[in-house]
Amino acid sequence: MAPGDRRGATFASEFRMPSLGADMQAGTVVNWLVKPGDHVTHGDVVAEVETEKGVFEVEISSDGVVDELAVGKGAKVPVGTVLARLRRDGVTTPPATGGAGTIETPVAAPTAAPPAPPAAPAAPAAPAAPAGAAPAHIVRASPLARKIAEAKGVDLANVTGTGPGGAITKADVERASSAPSAQRVETTAAPPVAPPVAPPIAAPTSEPMLAMRHAVAAAVSRSKREIPHYYLGTDISLGAAMGWLAAQNQARAIADRILPAALLLKSVALALRKYPALNGFWTDDAHHPAEAIHVGVAISLRAGGLIAPAIHDADQLSLGDLMRALSDLVRRTRAGGLRSSEMTDATITVSNLGDEGAASVFGVIYPPQLALVGFGKINERPWAEGGMLGVRPVVTATLAADHRATDGHYGSRFLAEIDRLLQTPESL
Amino acid sequence: MTTTTATTENATDTAEQPSEARAAGGDHQLHLLREMLRVRRFEERCGELYKEEKIRGFLHLYIGEEAVATGVLQALGPEDAVVATYREHGHALVRGVSARAIMAEMYGKQEGCSGGRGGSMHLFDAATRFYGGNAIVAGGLPLAIGVALADKLQHRARVTACFFGDGAVAEGEFHETLNLAALWQLPVLFCCENNLYAMGTAIERAQSETHVALKAAAYRIPSWDVDGMDVEAVESAAHRAAAAVRAGEGPHFLELRTYRFRAHSLFDPELYREKEEVERWKQRDPIATYTATLRQRGVLDDAQLAAMEDEVLREVDDAVAFAEAGAWEPVETLTRYVYSEPKTDPGAAP
Amino acid sequence: MTTYREAVREAIRASMIADDRVFLMGEDVGRYGGCYAVSRGLLEEFGPERIRDTPLSESAFVGAGIGAAINGMRPIVEIMTVNFSLLALDQIVNTAAALLHMSGGQFNVPLVIRMATGAGRQVAAQHSHSLEGWYAHVPGLKVIAPATIEDARGMLPTALADPDPVIIFEHAALYNVEGALSSSAGAVSIDRAAVRRAGTDVTLITFGGTLGRTLVAAEQLGNAGVSAEVLDLRTLRPLDTNAILDSVRKTHRAVVVDEEWRSGSLSAEISARIMEGAFYELDAPVARVCGAEVPIPYARHLEQAALPQPAAIVEAVRAVVGR
Repeated sequence: MAPGDRRGATFASEFRMPSLGADMQAGTVVNWLVKPGDHVTHGDVVAEVETEKGVFEVEISSDGVVDELAVGKGAKVPVGTVLARLRRDGVTTPPATGGAGTIETPVAAPTAAPPAPPAAPAAPAAPAAPAGAAPAHIVRASPLARKIAEAKGVDLANVTGTGPGGAITKADVERASSAPSAQRVETTAAPPVAPPVAPPIAAPTSEPMLAMRHAVAAAVSRSKREIPHYYLGTDISLGAAMGWLAAQNQARAIADRILPAALLLKSVALALRKYPALNGFWTDDAHHPAEAIHVGVAISLRAGGLIAPAIHDADQLSLGDLMRALSDLVRRTRAGGLRSSEMTDATITVSNLGDEGAASVFGVIYPPQLALVGFGKINERPWAEGGMLGVRPVVTATLAADHRATDGHYGSRFLAEIDRLLQTPESL
Repeated sequence: MTTTTATTENATDTAEQPSEARAAGGDHQLHLLREMLRVRRFEERCGELYKEEKIRGFLHLYIGEEAVATGVLQALGPEDAVVATYREHGHALVRGVSARAIMAEMYGKQEGCSGGRGGSMHLFDAATRFYGGNAIVAGGLPLAIGVALADKLQHRARVTACFFGDGAVAEGEFHETLNLAALWQLPVLFCCENNLYAMGTAIERAQSETHVALKAAAYRIPSWDVDGMDVEAVESAAHRAAAAVRAGEGPHFLELRTYRFRAHSLFDPELYREKEEVERWKQRDPIATYTATLRQRGVLDDAQLAAMEDEVLREVDDAVAFAEAGAWEPVETLTRYVYSEPKTDPGAAP
Repeated sequence: MTTYREAVREAIRASMIADDRVFLMGEDVGRYGGCYAVSRGLLEEFGPERIRDTPLSESAFVGAGIGAAINGMRPIVEIMTVNFSLLALDQIVNTAAALLHMSGGQFNVPLVIRMATGAGRQVAAQHSHSLEGWYAHVPGLKVIAPATIEDARGMLPTALADPDPVIIFEHAALYNVEGALSSSAGAVSIDRAAVRRAGTDVTLITFGGTLGRTLVAAEQLGNAGVSAEVLDLRTLRPLDTNAILDSVRKTHRAVVVDEEWRSGSLSAEISARIMEGAFYELDAPVARVCGAEVPIPYARHLEQAALPQPAAIVEAVRAVVGR
């Protein structure tokens, strides 16, 4: 048996130009962040690619060793072009003490004086934070465990390791594969850790902005052409929500204060759990609801243009985390440091016009998504409640949805759920 | 036993021989000259070939010392054994290893006597019981007494001739071996080719006692000093010593005083000796002096010498042509000869 | 019941009776009866020609063994211990191992060299080496380590029949070990490892003098619910890589127990081979329990602390198995 005969973790020998948006045709590699000989693990940012929409950090989805870079800096190539080739090099596990990004073979095993015993499996230890503070996306698992995990479709990120140094063993994988619900519990206890962020890149110049306009034009044209939209709207009182938010924010530092936008986004995400038919895609003439809820946030760019990167697993983030993710997303969007997965993973989009917006927005669905939720400006309006007249902060929530996947009745109930959630902000 | 100096006094005095004996002696004398000439011309050609990069690695030429190998090996028969050093081309030639096989080995070709695996320093030939060819100074001495031990244990009246230089005298193995050989009375003929230099170190700088035969005598081994530039003196001493060894009288030792005219090896700039010294020794060139002797005896004339040179030249040319035409062993068989291969033919000799 | 020592003696005796070409040569093998009393009585039985005392000349008598072997004999050269073999390293590495090759296949060397090896008897730094790895490093040599009485009896005849040089390491601590030996015991293989104890959770790989302690550790582990397989290498060059990999593929974990100093030892070679051949079968890194990196000390407690002990083996296994 030669090395490489058996497959370890995810491996693909070709890394191709990804599609970073509905209408991306081609991209230009403006910077390579790896060179031949470098080890990569799925999730590593390996290149910066420029499209009409700006410059994105592109992540690789395979483990391996970079064999050759097939496309040089400055070359514009169509989506799908092979950008780099990888070779297998087994999977190396991180050192017991290592900074982010160092990949080494494990420290030598015990001699007459053995090391400390492995971590006890009593509490579900977050696999993203092993004893040695290794980078979150490198999972310590034995080669055998990886092999079995792959065969059984077990995600190692959800497995607790009981082997030497907390590594995942065959037994751990087998235990995990026979107790799927346990995995979800562990996952909620371990919030995902963001991959390293590249330094910000200068905002696009006018020529790319023209290209962006074209891209937007193409996208919305296609959307209107192909997707039979239906529209619904409802007014939602945010009295309780704003009051609760004010109290929350009093206890927080200014930098940590939560904006209403976070409440709105969270309510959409949670509502989708009850109404999953609106979360996902219509492709190949069929409805493909998505398992995870990645909320795309429509963000306007200062120089003009619109982009809608995703906040992953928005339903699982705490409000604080969601707020941080939102701020971070906005900052990076405007600075140009978005990642390809953020561009491609949104399962629904929310367009929040915010303070300067109109009262309501009836948006255009971002193909191939199934819906777009809009929030207008929150303003004070007269509000009747329990027979009494008062003034409340009110927002108009709208839904534009693909009639092929859902109908108005379903959409209404979805909006009603958002309303209900916003009335009980402590549940968000 | 004390040391004695062997000169030509014990050799046949040709002036008093009857003519038939002289004729017979004459043939043998020509044979001696021819053998030395074969070695000389072969070695000269090797030197040239090395400069043409046909021969690589280390090349240690025997030029000047031909009388030693030629003379000693006359005293051995085919059932005897020879163990030599890295300066062993002459010994191999005189012993009977073909010039072709030796030259091919120098080239590194498959047809070489060691299959191209050994090179200049590791000539081996089972058919002539030529046990190498050793690049470790004094490394062959223990091997030689082992070969002799086996003969003694199997009650075979054989001689193992062991050649080594003055440098080997410094190694522990020299002393261990001589001691053991004498203790166990092993049938070894020790031949120390004292050319006064161990690579670049003159013997006076390496030995507190430079008379090597004395050291052997200290181990109770009968030892002779021999003029190594005189082929007949060498032969005579070798016959006496070998006869004694073969008769079961235990090991014997010859210190053969000789001189190498060329450098230690082709890489040596000879900074350690004076040109004048080399020239002085060249006056005693064994071939030149023996040629003169044979002419004087009337055994050799110009025509014979020319014919001999011609014959030798053809043999060397033939050997070179053979080597040039030889084949390189395929790399695929690189890991052969690490361990013995199973014999495919059960009738083949082991 | 017999001892390891007696088994070796009987092996020499039987071989000499069966083949006139076999003789024993070494320091104090005759009159003294052997430093470890292995050859006691053999001088009286076979005489001084075939049981040869040598002077303290390792280089000369090992070289003589080589010469005798290429000229029709089947010598057994006894070097008192591996520590003194260093004086003969030139003959062993530069001649015995290389002669067949240098001569293009003409001269094989059917020589057997026996050496005592190992530590544990408070004889300090110059008398306690384990250098099996040095010899196992050299192509042209075969290196074996009989760890059981059966192997002590049976490996020597096979080694004598081998056309190439075979070095036999006898761990000095084994000579007194007692055990049963079948009266019909004879030659055994010298190119195979042997599973001394079957198991499923981890493979313990060892050789020679540490087999005993490894088996003790395996017993303790068994009582604690860890099933350890113990593989006795028996041959160090060539290594029985197939046996090693077969076992590791079964248990998915390996711990190598080797009295040599860790760095550059045979355990490193074995670990590399497991990584090369069974990487994707491993559920944990290969662990090694080796001699401490120190010249062997004289004081008993220090010496014992420097050598692989059952407790350390058990610890290593537990770390690898995780329980």
